[in-house]
Amino acid sequence: MKEYTGWRLIREGLRDHRGWKPLWRSSPPKTRYEVIVIGGGGHGLATAYYLARNHGVTSVAVLERGWIGGGNTGRNTTIVRSNYYYPQSVALFELSLKLYETLSSALNFNIMFSQRGLVVIGHSRHDMEQMQRRVGTMRARGVRGVRMLDKSEIAGRVPRLNFDSPHLPIWGGFTQEPAGTVRHDAVAWGYAHAADRLGVDVIQNCEVRGFKFDAQGGINGVETARGDIYGGAIVSCAAGASTLIADMAGFDLPLTSCALQAFVTEPVKPVLDCVFWSLGTGLYVSQSDKGGLVLGGGLDRYASYAQRGSFPVAEAVVGAFAELFPSLARLRVLRQWAGVVDLSPDTSPILGAAPVRGLYLNCGWGLGGFKAIPAGGTLLAHHIATGKPHPIAEPFALQRFATGALIDESAVIGAEH
Amino acid sequence: MLLIACPFCGPRDELEFRCGGEAHLVRPDPGASEEIWARYLFYRSNPRGVARERWVHSRGCRQWFNAVRDTVTHEILAVYAMDVSPPEAFS
Repeated sequence: MKEYTGWRLIREGLRDHRGWKPLWRSSPPKTRYEVIVIGGGGHGLATAYYLARNHGVTSVAVLERGWIGGGNTGRNTTIVRSNYYYPQSVALFELSLKLYETLSSALNFNIMFSQRGLVVIGHSRHDMEQMQRRVGTMRARGVRGVRMLDKSEIAGRVPRLNFDSPHLPIWGGFTQEPAGTVRHDAVAWGYAHAADRLGVDVIQNCEVRGFKFDAQGGINGVETARGDIYGGAIVSCAAGASTLIADMAGFDLPLTSCALQAFVTEPVKPVLDCVFWSLGTGLYVSQSDKGGLVLGGGLDRYASYAQRGSFPVAEAVVGAFAELFPSLARLRVLRQWAGVVDLSPDTSPILGAAPVRGLYLNCGWGLGGFKAIPAGGTLLAHHIATGKPHPIAEPFALQRFATGALIDESAVIGAEH
Repeated sequence: MLLIACPFCGPRDELEFRCGGEAHLVRPDPGASEEIWARYLFYRSNPRGVARERWVHSRGCRQWFNAVRDTVTHEILAVYAMDVSPPEAFS
């Protein structure tokens, strides 16, 4: 029976809400599991959920150093879209978008997916030429709901946009209609909840400090803050801390950890009903259900493990916002924060087996991890349960950096996304 | 905002600089294997803490130099020339 229904809400309302149970149990770790997932963010929790849901593997522990939803899953700008260029990326991000569309009912947890549409604008003739090439290719490759927009359509979609800036003139743009925003915490909580009810142990405050190796040099367990835990397969879903996990296991990864910032303004009445992205400045804006304008931009330009952003990037984001939305320029920024993202050389993720036996990798998402959570979990769960990579995940194996089969989205887009 | 001591211009604002990534990578022999080339081109140490990096004063004297920087505090611990080994404390 479903745990959350309208009838249940009425029933609990009539008895002072005393019947609700915690979203997940707080269980001490056992000493052995079939699968141990390192990292209780979206990708780790989704991997555990799909192992249990799709493959019947319920002896799974998710180990989180801090708290569920305290890392990048709770630090992004909540945008989900699939406007990618290469066929491998299209397959991956379209799968993710489709899974997001039905995730609330699959998890019996409202993730508040609002498919409000993405509007991307170009500031020069060169932006427009690039955009036309990309939109044509995306349409041919099956990205849903992508088309070019002219200036009058953009003015209708983004009424507060400044068309008179001499510095950032607006030439046109494109849209992806099924893109939108999701309540990011609800993704972490929903997966943790659903995985827990299928028998997965979600364990917080449990930092992994080292690995256990068998006689042949494969990994068969982890040393944690709460004792040693053994497992048949270990999965690393550690985002910005992925190379620290790899260091403990004795291999290197082609990743650099960088800080990615976001900002939210004081809440106002509805002024923007789409996800807005300016290609030239990297600025993206959406309005949360609470009314705050959520702003994001480019990466900080040097390696960082600090969960705070640098000032020059903050200035660039806020400056572009003030220029493009002058009527909103005097809004105060309430909060600013950063997440540590793991950037791969081709800005595409790494999914699959690690160089050390017994360990699997889900990392390298860079700026695009949140939108890929359902796909990342589904694909790696398939690999662990069946022993073979999923056809969609196969091109994203670590080996591509030696073979040269890179999937270089950044070269096409001119941004890290 | 970081204040970075360019060895040629003195302390300047971080806006004038660009980070060139990990320092002291040695280019392999042209005939080296694909794995060795992949390590040189793509694999990085990505330390949490003390890192040795190349920086360029791109909006100043345009000269390259090496810096030792902490990736958690962002403190710049040492600055030294491109063609020399890092200071002993950070080697």
